[in-house]
Amino acid sequence: MAKQKTPKPEANADPKQELMALNGDEAIAYAVKQSDVDVVAAYPITPQTIIVEKYSEYVANGEVPTEYVCTESEHSAMAACIASSATGARTFTASASAGLALMHEMLFVASGCRTPIVMAIANRALSAPLNINGDQSDSMAQRDAGWIHLYVENAQEAYDTILQAFRVAEHLNVQLPVIVGIDGFIVSHTLENVNVLSNEAVKAFVGERVLPKVLTHEGKLAPFKLDPENPMTMGPIALPNYYYEFKRQQEDAMKNALEVIEQINTEYAKLSGRSYGNGLIEAYKLDDAEIALVCVGSAAGTAKTVVDELRAEGVKAGLLRLKAFRPFPTAQVQKALQNVKAIGVMDKSMSFGGNGGAVFHEVRHSMYDAAAKPFIVDYIYGLGGRDTSPKEFKKVFGELHAIAHSKRVDKLVNYLGLRE
Amino acid sequence: MSSKEKTWREIALGAVCSKSSVGFMTGDWKTYAPVRDLEKCTTCLTCVLFCPDGAIKWMPDLGKIEFDHNFCKGCGICANECPTKAIKMELPETTEGE
Repeated sequence: MAKQKTPKPEANADPKQELMALNGDEAIAYAVKQSDVDVVAAYPITPQTIIVEKYSEYVANGEVPTEYVCTESEHSAMAACIASSATGARTFTASASAGLALMHEMLFVASGCRTPIVMAIANRALSAPLNINGDQSDSMAQRDAGWIHLYVENAQEAYDTILQAFRVAEHLNVQLPVIVGIDGFIVSHTLENVNVLSNEAVKAFVGERVLPKVLTHEGKLAPFKLDPENPMTMGPIALPNYYYEFKRQQEDAMKNALEVIEQINTEYAKLSGRSYGNGLIEAYKLDDAEIALVCVGSAAGTAKTVVDELRAEGVKAGLLRLKAFRPFPTAQVQKALQNVKAIGVMDKSMSFGGNGGAVFHEVRHSMYDAAAKPFIVDYIYGLGGRDTSPKEFKKVFGELHAIAHSKRVDKLVNYLGLRE
Repeated sequence: MSSKEKTWREIALGAVCSKSSVGFMTGDWKTYAPVRDLEKCTTCLTCVLFCPDGAIKWMPDLGKIEFDHNFCKGCGICANECPTKAIKMELPETTEGE
């Protein structure tokens, strides 16, 4: 990973930050520890295990007052999280791969019941063949479950994003669950220097969960939570005359999240001195770029190093890192990429038979309405933990350069680092 | 669709129910309705206990039971459980006798 450029904290930034050596999983556990979480219900799975292991240690040591629920499966873990979140409790869980797949049914319940659960995913490949290493197949397969998806580049950003995720999820205009994705092993298990805020600063930033008011069946305007004093039923049957309206409501919340994610990123930057683009996308040397990559997750670190090398050689290369995948920041992506001539989209998952990966679909779709349509090709990479080296990123930039100049695309979907 | 039905902007968050099950009548779901033969009925209340919707009312003061057709879904469990075979499931046109 490239050395992270840390902007200087602003004058009012938290001065009591401490430098810790944490891997991505530990950074997440530490962020959760500071976030005044009421309930953690989880089931361990590689490469997420360290998160819940570390957190259960905090609970066992009495360092946090959190109710820790050991469940018998991920399906149950998510069910417990939905129930706890529905009572107004701040709720966290973590999973990966097959565990996330087992939660599939309940993910829709969480978003439909508008429970603002935060879930860390240490992205890992799905079986078969069995593989414990990193790729983004697991969470990309949950694309349409109604969760916000934020993907981070390194352990520092994992820590920072978990703190922000509670604010985004619980925002009154959002009320949606959030997935924070870290690349399995590359981020989850790699020890990095992580600046952590003081407990007081986090407490003030995250605050207490505020509940919106809803009209109950008794005609009372009551806080949105399961409470015997103000009984209400969440998410029961909605027949064809109402189901559709509830789905439209979820889409509205997603759209609201675009603005909220940006706002909270700005607020957090003032506190910590760290900002990740505008919170939705991070443009790196894109302003005058002729060729560019679009990455999700840790690959952006390698890509930045390669962009720097190419820039030193006089090549106008750039990078767009997508931090938010759901909601997809269409307008921002369009604006960031509109002057680029050739774009390579990096997909760390496949959509079999879909003519490219999930990220490619979104990016290419976003650019359809752009004034000047750039050439856009897809690169599937890194599946099952296959390493992708700077040399390979250079090769991609070389191909993009050729496309920009020949104005011709030979292969729309490419397989980087695959033995042909 | 009825103009009384709310738009997506008007409904509560998280599909919170706007009315309890008392206000949500399910009687029009049924095809067959229970009809009781008063000769055979011993008022043993087995049907009252078995009805999954609480749609058979026992009125102890009057010593009688009554089907609530606003909520009876026509499942036929009462007819099946009746020890004296006093309940028959019939098409609604023929339920006038109850």
